[in-house]
Amino acid sequence: MSDVRPVDFPPPWSPAEAVAPPTDPVDERIEVGFLVVGAGPAGLAAAIRLGQLLEEHPEQAERLGDVPVAVLEKGKAPGSHLLSGAVVNPRGLQRLFAGRKRLDELPFLGPVHGESVLFLTKRRALRIPTPPTMVNRHNHVASLSQLGRWLAEEAEALGATILPETSAERLIIDGGRVVGVRTGDRGRGRAGEELGNFEPGSDVTARVTILAEGTQGHLTGAALERFGLRGENPQVWALGVKEVWKVARPLDRVVHTMGWPLRPGRRYREFGGSFIYPMGDDMVTVGLVVGLDYRDAELSVHDLLQELKTHPRVRRILDGGERVQWGAKTIPEGGFVALPKRFHAPGLLLCGDGVGLVNVPALKGIHYAIESGRLAAEAAWRTLERGVSARTALATYDESLRQSFIWKELREVRNMRQAFGRGFYLGGALAGAMTASKGRFPPGDARTERDAEHSLFTTDRAASYPAPDGQLTFDKLSSVFASGNRTRDDQPNHIRIQTRVPRELAELWAHLCPAQVYEVGGADGDGTVEVKLAPSNCVQCGAITAKGGRLTPPEGGSGPEYTLT
Amino acid sequence: MKIAVCVKAVPDAASGRRIDPSTNRLDRSVELAISDFDTYAVEEALKVKEAAGEGEVVIVSMGPEKAMDPLRKALAMGADRAVLVTDPALEGADLLGTAGALAGALEQEAADLVLFGQQSADGGGACLWAAVAERLRRPVISQVSELTVDGGTATGKRQTEFGYDTIRAPLPAVIAVSDAINTPRYPSLKGIMGAKKKPQETRAAGDVGGAADSGTTVVALNPPPPRGDARKIEDDGNAAEKIVEFLAEKRLV
Amino acid sequence: MAKTLVFLEHHEGVVQKGSLGVLAKAAQTGGDVAGIVIGSGVRAAAEGVGGTVWVADDERLAAPLPQPRVDVIAKLVRDEGYENVLFGQSVLAADVAAGLAARLGAGLNWGLVDFDGERGRAPALQDTVVVDVGWSTPVRIGVFRAGALDPADLAAAPDVREAVVELEDFSSAAEMVEQAHAEQQGPSIEDADVIVAGGRGLGEPEKFALAEDLAQALGGAVAATRAVVDAGWYPYSAQVGQTGKTVSPRLYVALGISGAIQHKVGMQGSNVIVSINKDPNAPIFEYSDLGVVGDLHEIVPKLVELVRARRS
Repeated sequence: MSDVRPVDFPPPWSPAEAVAPPTDPVDERIEVGFLVVGAGPAGLAAAIRLGQLLEEHPEQAERLGDVPVAVLEKGKAPGSHLLSGAVVNPRGLQRLFAGRKRLDELPFLGPVHGESVLFLTKRRALRIPTPPTMVNRHNHVASLSQLGRWLAEEAEALGATILPETSAERLIIDGGRVVGVRTGDRGRGRAGEELGNFEPGSDVTARVTILAEGTQGHLTGAALERFGLRGENPQVWALGVKEVWKVARPLDRVVHTMGWPLRPGRRYREFGGSFIYPMGDDMVTVGLVVGLDYRDAELSVHDLLQELKTHPRVRRILDGGERVQWGAKTIPEGGFVALPKRFHAPGLLLCGDGVGLVNVPALKGIHYAIESGRLAAEAAWRTLERGVSARTALATYDESLRQSFIWKELREVRNMRQAFGRGFYLGGALAGAMTASKGRFPPGDARTERDAEHSLFTTDRAASYPAPDGQLTFDKLSSVFASGNRTRDDQPNHIRIQTRVPRELAELWAHLCPAQVYEVGGADGDGTVEVKLAPSNCVQCGAITAKGGRLTPPEGGSGPEYTLT
Repeated sequence: MKIAVCVKAVPDAASGRRIDPSTNRLDRSVELAISDFDTYAVEEALKVKEAAGEGEVVIVSMGPEKAMDPLRKALAMGADRAVLVTDPALEGADLLGTAGALAGALEQEAADLVLFGQQSADGGGACLWAAVAERLRRPVISQVSELTVDGGTATGKRQTEFGYDTIRAPLPAVIAVSDAINTPRYPSLKGIMGAKKKPQETRAAGDVGGAADSGTTVVALNPPPPRGDARKIEDDGNAAEKIVEFLAEKRLV
Repeated sequence: MAKTLVFLEHHEGVVQKGSLGVLAKAAQTGGDVAGIVIGSGVRAAAEGVGGTVWVADDERLAAPLPQPRVDVIAKLVRDEGYENVLFGQSVLAADVAAGLAARLGAGLNWGLVDFDGERGRAPALQDTVVVDVGWSTPVRIGVFRAGALDPADLAAAPDVREAVVELEDFSSAAEMVEQAHAEQQGPSIEDADVIVAGGRGLGEPEKFALAEDLAQALGGAVAATRAVVDAGWYPYSAQVGQTGKTVSPRLYVALGISGAIQHKVGMQGSNVIVSINKDPNAPIFEYSDLGVVGDLHEIVPKLVELVRARRS
């Protein structure tokens, strides 16, 4: 047991770096009507709703200019950076497309026909009753990446301009108000030098900026800091790693597992479980989600997933099949108590995973993202109303969030995740009590602790990770390849991190990162080692930000190119 | 000065290029993107236009209807117009069919300069331009790593297995550029936003002189042979000798 | 049995090995086979090949430009009724083959590694699939992958015949201003027949000298993996792999390279792969023709000496 805590080795980074006054002269700025950052479910829902409102009120078109709605997306295309399980509650989409689309027109892969929850030991699987929060009747399996692509087409059909390969690097604040976003430069070399095709970023300005960046949102984090929006409890995250497989036999149900390969003891703080979902008849997705408050420096979610696949129950599903895609992404897990105290600021609205709108016990966040995007669009639209100040208009977003089903549901399950910090069995008992009482028991709000504050120790956990066989189990570099990642190598390092740290911390990072970005280098004699980075492996999952480093967006178009995740 | 750039929308590398077992041809139902090699040709066309101080850059392509979307990237880089020859009759067209369709469209454009990228990103072939030049009855220079266009002449530095040749041809001419020739620019945000408004036209096979028949067939697909007699040895002091023996066997030394 | 004509490319008086390999393959198909040499002052080269070889010897054909060659071959094909016209891939040959295909309305199959007179075989999609290909036109044009075939000693008496040279106007419009002469300092990675690539197993940047020595001895180019380029040991222009260059030389020697898939996809099309690595479990051994588990710092210097000795 050591006293090494990631939080004691903060990265060379300050949120102020992501905030700046305008850079370009006024006539070079790109002016749009409404600006959305992030072409995920939240951002696209906002763009779609704005497009619908524009259709209903065409007289406003001239006030919004040539580009009434612009959506910036740092990935190669909408969907490239989207990853989830996912079993989706159609409620959010139904409200967004009310009167315009039927349920069967939504791009789902199939309704949930049945489900099992299994408690695993190394060789056995014990079926346990489905916890009430996890019942998935009336829900549908979907690929979030495909859903994103579909939503992008819908948004474009309603007049939105989607700008892929465009990162949002800084919030532009003028006179205390967010007036837009500065996009990232492209064409810089490893040392930051301008290459032959260097293209500087641009100031994109708008009457309202909606941040829908997803987990660990870059500008969202800066905004929470700058405008003092943080709630009392810090956000905490889990890392989800998943694969998509072509399979020989269809899977007839949605499966969730708990237990092995995670360890139940309280000291480990290994909270999480796996999911195995059918994707139509010929594909299956299997993933493992683990809370990042874990303490064993040798824990590797990537390798635990490989281990999970060797369980007879899981192997049986994948036998005869072929892995076709891999990906990883963090999930905010703080729930209700970690929400910001306000979701708007002058000129700014915040949506989705970026502000932690995720129901952890139900494993649902997509319909919240969509609903929050829809509500943000309506509040943003109100700024066009005569006699209403922009400030008042944007404040209606907070009101509508608090009155929405999102708020009610998050409040009911608010202490559940934290209960599992007390170990699996006690946590389970507490969770049961919470469900039965709809959140009234135990009373009060349990606090969260920053993931990076937990001190590290090392067990021999890595010894049991399976050696990759290239058929069922894989190494990290093969996985990175299977994410479609072909990031340009010759660009500046986008990860802020200390590179001379105690060995235990370096080992933590090396195991933590599912994409093998970090490597333990040579020792320094004083107990520290060098940390070496391969930034172009990065799939931008955000795990490093929870455990002592900081992910910033690399050049637009970098990172994974998910299509099925 | 009118410059036509022949561009192909190919399955995006990330979606995975695979053969569709029902047609034995490349599965084009996946996302398409402009072939990387062709972006060098687009860049060169833009440079030639900029050097001349005036002109028009037209993107000419043949493919399914949804290939128009990826062509927008070339418009975002700065090209002025896109022409897509699309027709079910041209599906699965090989070199002959493709050259015929492109030549038909290019004849109508009557460009001074026709540019191609250095090879096909999906089929791997590197010679389409020569077939097009033959149909157009125009001189052709390929694998050009440096291009100068002066008055009515194009001078190209052609890179071959033996080194660099300097070849000159009167315009109108067909030039295939290599990826050593330039670094393609990133489209600016303004460029991306403006691309939608630029003219994008389609032509059917009938508009460009009819669909030429393909001249080749795909008979069957096979898995690759395992690397025959692969050997793995441990060095016991004479690994170097064993390697040389092996190379000699393979006639590599 | 089909009548086959093989384009014999030459450079500085020497007929290229690639073309001779195609000629040997054509001879195996059993039909009537002839080569064709086109240039100026090339009679001797044509005679040196043996067997039936057409020669088109004319000043106007001195420069290695494709379009006049299309004129000559098209006329010969029509006059003599050739059904197959085969080429060994090169920049020049590719242009001639495609121009000829358009001239004759003949199907062209590319990247062949085998041919039986009517059907061919060609790897596709970075060698992940091998396609059996055919032709639907009376004349079949085939371009063979470089390095796929070995020349054979045909040991036949030379039978040189004159081909008619009639050139179109547009074919002569391009002119050679200056032709490439002797090779400069070694081939570039894309064109190299032989590549020696270095990875982290080299240990330190200075050890790239080992890769350079071996490349020089073998007459090849030096390449590097992403890891060492990232670490600043070698320039990005030498990087082979998914985010670097894709190469398919006749010989690829991998020194101290583990062979992760990001590297593999950049060189898996290489004809022969030899790798040296001290880790017996390195993935590269799964796709090497000859894998050597050992210390490259000991093996390579000896290898360089032996190769130099052989070549001199």
